[in-house]
Amino acid sequence: MAYVARKIPFVGTPETNPETKPFFDGASAGKLMLTRCKDTGKFFWYPRGISPFTLGPVEWAEASGKGKIYTFSVMERANPPYAIGYVTLAEGPSVLTNFVDCDFKALKIGQDVTVKFIKTEGEGPTLPFFTPA
Amino acid sequence: MSLKGAAYIAGAWEHPTRKAPDKSIALLHAECAKGALADAGLTKDDVDGYFCAGDAPGGLGPLSMVDYMNLKCRHVDSTDVGGSSYQVAVGHAMEAIAAGRCNVALITLSGRPRSEGQATGTAPRPGNPAAPEMQFEFPYGPATANLYGMCAARHMHEYGTTSEQLAWIKVAASHHAQYNEHAMLRDVVTVEDVVNSPMVSTPLHRLDCCVISDGGGALILTKPEIAKSLKRPLVKVIGVGESPKHQAGGEIDLTFTAARWSGPPAWAMAGIKPSDIKYASIYDSFTITVLMQLEDLGFCKKGEGGKFVSDGNLISGVGKLPFNTDGGGLCSNHPANRGGITKIIEAVRQLRGEAHPKVQVPNCDLAIAHGTGGALGTRHCGSTVILERE
Repeated sequence: MAYVARKIPFVGTPETNPETKPFFDGASAGKLMLTRCKDTGKFFWYPRGISPFTLGPVEWAEASGKGKIYTFSVMERANPPYAIGYVTLAEGPSVLTNFVDCDFKALKIGQDVTVKFIKTEGEGPTLPFFTPA
Repeated sequence: MSLKGAAYIAGAWEHPTRKAPDKSIALLHAECAKGALADAGLTKDDVDGYFCAGDAPGGLGPLSMVDYMNLKCRHVDSTDVGGSSYQVAVGHAMEAIAAGRCNVALITLSGRPRSEGQATGTAPRPGNPAAPEMQFEFPYGPATANLYGMCAARHMHEYGTTSEQLAWIKVAASHHAQYNEHAMLRDVVTVEDVVNSPMVSTPLHRLDCCVISDGGGALILTKPEIAKSLKRPLVKVIGVGESPKHQAGGEIDLTFTAARWSGPPAWAMAGIKPSDIKYASIYDSFTITVLMQLEDLGFCKKGEGGKFVSDGNLISGVGKLPFNTDGGGLCSNHPANRGGITKIIEAVRQLRGEAHPKVQVPNCDLAIAHGTGGALGTRHCGSTVILERE
């Protein structure tokens, strides 16, 4: 079952949660930007303006864009079908995503993947997706 | 002070409808309230505490429904954690009764996603973009079926669980549903039927999913003195627990549910263990939901759920743990896309000896009703209720 591009919906605008704007700015420039807890040095997902580990300060850093598939599910009932899953990033956290430009039947848990940026529909921002490395 | 036994379930009623295009959600709530009050032998004017969740129409928690039913309450609670809200409400009602905040608590659930044509499991539903996760999840198409499919895929990867093992859960539910005249799916199905049904979201097939139905239910909880003055069998609440589970900043593990955390306080309060349970109502949005919750509640070891549910072990009169003897969400109904309250209602039927004779568990004196609300793949709440026939 081959990947077919679908319209990617987006709700609100990147300004809805103002402190996450660097993530969207990064994506539009081809960079996967993550927030990191300054107290523990640990990256986390999804981006936010306060650490979920300590409620302390955070800082932005560019991630490698590499990771491994933690799990996935191919939504065969949808038209076109799509593959949703979690990728465990090299930096630590697991992120929800879609797998693109691939044969869905060949996807495997543990497989190496790399980031690819795709623009959402209409006036929506660019977001990170993943494809087999 | 332990809350054990501070409240009894004196009334329980399930709406027989599965499709109600000519009734409002508010009317369905009120009909359920009327049914549960009649079951208990109480009247509307006895109610002084009202509990509801996000399915109650109006948007300001309990306000529209207490107005609609003209209730005079001195305690309200509208904690909304999806399908497990009603197990949570049992615990909260017991706390309120023990604290003297109310004497007769009414809990209602109703909805009609079937009449409204909702594609509950397959259509991602956008929420408020101010929800902090929304913009990082919704674009990727998180629909209920794939959020649970991801859990099933990881469970299979780590523990070797198979589609055939998951199918046994639907098979058991269908064996029970054949005796429920109100159930949407009354045909007994086989493992082959389930694994050969169309794929919805890998590895979950159509028959791994629950039904989409209209309907509802209601419960009446009251303090021991009032319960003992009524004419119904005594069903005592002896254990409750609630706990949310989420993505923990990205440190996710999709192989277990919040039942791992909501179960232990309920078992401790009840002073019993899983092997003491005669009947189990287990939230069944999907087959994988049941399997993971059974492991997390301690009915079997982690990873052995596939083996535990196989070969009819969940079928009343056949296996060791009769479950969802009304057919559950997998075959009977899933009103408002929230199956928590029907789990409690069937547990009450079993403890009263009022389940269908073909599925009634003999000498059923201890039962569990566990709910999951939200989505196992992202964030959800587990809530556990343990009941005893006195």
